[in-house]
Amino acid sequence: MKADVGAPIAPSGLGALLRLPVFGPKVGGAAEYIVIPALALAGSLVLFGVFVALFGKNPLDLYFYMYQGAFGTWFSWQNTLTRAAPLILTALCTALPAQLGMVIIGGEGALLIGALTATSAALAMQGAPPPVVDVAMACAGMIGGGLWIMLAGALRQYRGVNETISSLLLVYIALAILNFLVEGPMRDPTSLNKPSTPEIGAANMIGSIPGMEVHWGLVFGIVAAILSYILVYHTVFGFAARVAGGNIRAARVVGLSVGKLILIICFLAGAAAGLAGMMEVAAVQGRANANLAAGYGFAGILVAFLARQNPLAIIPVAILLGGIGASGGLLQRRLGLPDASVLVLQGLIFMMVLASDTLYGRWGLFKGKAS
Amino acid sequence: MNFDKLSRRHVLQGTAALAVGTALPLRQALAKDTTIGFIYVGSRDDYGYNQAHAAGAAALKKMPGIKVVEEEKVPETDAVEKTMESMINLDGATLLFPTSFGYYNPHMLKMAVKYPKLRFEHCGGLWTAKDPKNAGSYFGYIDEAQHVSGIVAGHMTKTGKLGFVAAKPIPQVLRNINAFTMGAKLANPKVTLQVIFTGDWSMPVKEAEATNSLIDQGVDVVTCHVDGPKTVVENAARRGAMVGGYHVNQAVLAPKAYLTGAEWNWEVLYPRFAKMFTSGQTIPNFYRGGLKEELVKVSPYGPMVSEAARKHADEVKASLMAGTYVIFKGPVADNKGKTVIASGVSRGQTDPELEKMDYLVDGVIGATS
Repeated sequence: MKADVGAPIAPSGLGALLRLPVFGPKVGGAAEYIVIPALALAGSLVLFGVFVALFGKNPLDLYFYMYQGAFGTWFSWQNTLTRAAPLILTALCTALPAQLGMVIIGGEGALLIGALTATSAALAMQGAPPPVVDVAMACAGMIGGGLWIMLAGALRQYRGVNETISSLLLVYIALAILNFLVEGPMRDPTSLNKPSTPEIGAANMIGSIPGMEVHWGLVFGIVAAILSYILVYHTVFGFAARVAGGNIRAARVVGLSVGKLILIICFLAGAAAGLAGMMEVAAVQGRANANLAAGYGFAGILVAFLARQNPLAIIPVAILLGGIGASGGLLQRRLGLPDASVLVLQGLIFMMVLASDTLYGRWGLFKGKAS
Repeated sequence: MNFDKLSRRHVLQGTAALAVGTALPLRQALAKDTTIGFIYVGSRDDYGYNQAHAAGAAALKKMPGIKVVEEEKVPETDAVEKTMESMINLDGATLLFPTSFGYYNPHMLKMAVKYPKLRFEHCGGLWTAKDPKNAGSYFGYIDEAQHVSGIVAGHMTKTGKLGFVAAKPIPQVLRNINAFTMGAKLANPKVTLQVIFTGDWSMPVKEAEATNSLIDQGVDVVTCHVDGPKTVVENAARRGAMVGGYHVNQAVLAPKAYLTGAEWNWEVLYPRFAKMFTSGQTIPNFYRGGLKEELVKVSPYGPMVSEAARKHADEVKASLMAGTYVIFKGPVADNKGKTVIASGVSRGQTDPELEKMDYLVDGVIGATS
């Protein structure tokens, strides 16, 4: 900002406040990453309040119901976490390739393929002990989803196809494969009006986390996010990926095999979404059918961008979006708002967070010394 | 992305603190009234499947002592389980209507087991004795109304070509297509019906394309079985074709092209269920019916419908209401020439064979797979 460049006169008013070194240098840099998104979030809530007021509803009621629906009771918390669980995994499908500078938006396709391969594994292994079936399902789901996104990575590496477009188009192919198999070769003939594969069996279903009614996908998601964080920020491999993401030519010059990095990272990204698909089958639906295409893959893109592609930040962001989803129902029921109002809020948050990106590193508030 | 370690710890601590601070014991909003919850898979003003249910819910709102809570666009995942529980825990709902097909198994059944004292009613599922006793399924034989609509279409078509935009080749959709075609052939044995499957329940772009391509092929009456017929009805009317409606009355969308249509009559059924529920009677676990039982109805005829068409349709409607008429009566051949219902065999509405329908009758152009 121009004002910051060698400002000779003493700052005054708000400017002075912004330049005041409130935090020490180490804490300040960290605080920036909490304060700015929090302000962006607060700003979008205020804007949403204005939007709701235009419809003649009281914004205070709105905030109360949002809080109550998302975090106000133990039930609400479980509702929020249930919705957040698949989002953590699908967000990783966008956030991991982002380290390489790739924009993958096809997590939904990997989720569907992962769900299909996991279901196939379970159906092929009927009679095996349930833990074996579940491990096989998880492996099959991760391999299926992983190969699917690796395909987008390979197209980019070897044929120069834009990975954003190819991964998005692969979603429609995955959906077509799902519908074809579910309505054709894999169809359970007794699933008359809801074409589905046979059920994987009640014994093979993965239950809830003890003490709460949230399935294990949440734990898998959190573990996967932490592992991804370690991989990206605390391993040589992750460092190499970030170097390639920063400058692909420099990475090649120093001898990094960028092609391998792309394929591996894409595989891991797809594996995360594939695991989300496996969990949907093993913990929720119990079989594969069109219900699987619920848009978790697309919501994951939003989560990843809001988390600024940081694997750890994905966890709270997914919980936030889960909470918005959970409170959406209460807004409909108590305030009579249409379902789309929640989408308006999501859009506002998305815009505010992206816009707030320009603020990083520009507030003296967060620097060790006055600028 | 140089997140500092301290910030992450702060984020996690903050989240944890929030969690502990807000994990209050479950509060139940107790209402004096009977609270009934409705859950829709799409938007409740879709001029289609969801609007038909919302119209039924609206009829309940007029009854004294009944409070209705509604939620729309709920996906067929565990989200619907949480929505049901939210209605139970936060709104005190005691009777729930999750209205979409995919809500039944496993979602609604799971909730019925978990809340054995509450009542769950599902539209379209096939309740069997293995399922929980506090769960039920209801549905209407809407193919009766489609049959009447087909008779009108058969009379009114000039080209002898009818069109049907359908979602998926599942028994219920096939039954509508077949009943409509058989009705049209009563009026004019030479008519053909071209069917196009879009592959999913709500695909407005494909539905518009299908409608246009049908009309390009010379079709002059279009009907459909998709969740929201608005696109099909408006496009067909714009292209100058006549329209048969579905789910609700779409005459307002195309007053000059709307012949008649097959409609749900949930505004009669839901108050009937609510009265049973509040008076302590048990709602039957498996509830079905057609025109006679007032679960479905036929839209009022449009102004352009000829006298002959009205007379013919009214006759068949009257005998369906009297219960003396069977649509699927042998001999019936499919469109590959195979006999699917033998001569002398009469499949009444409750015949379980009809629930397994996997063929298109003679006169339909198209394939189930």
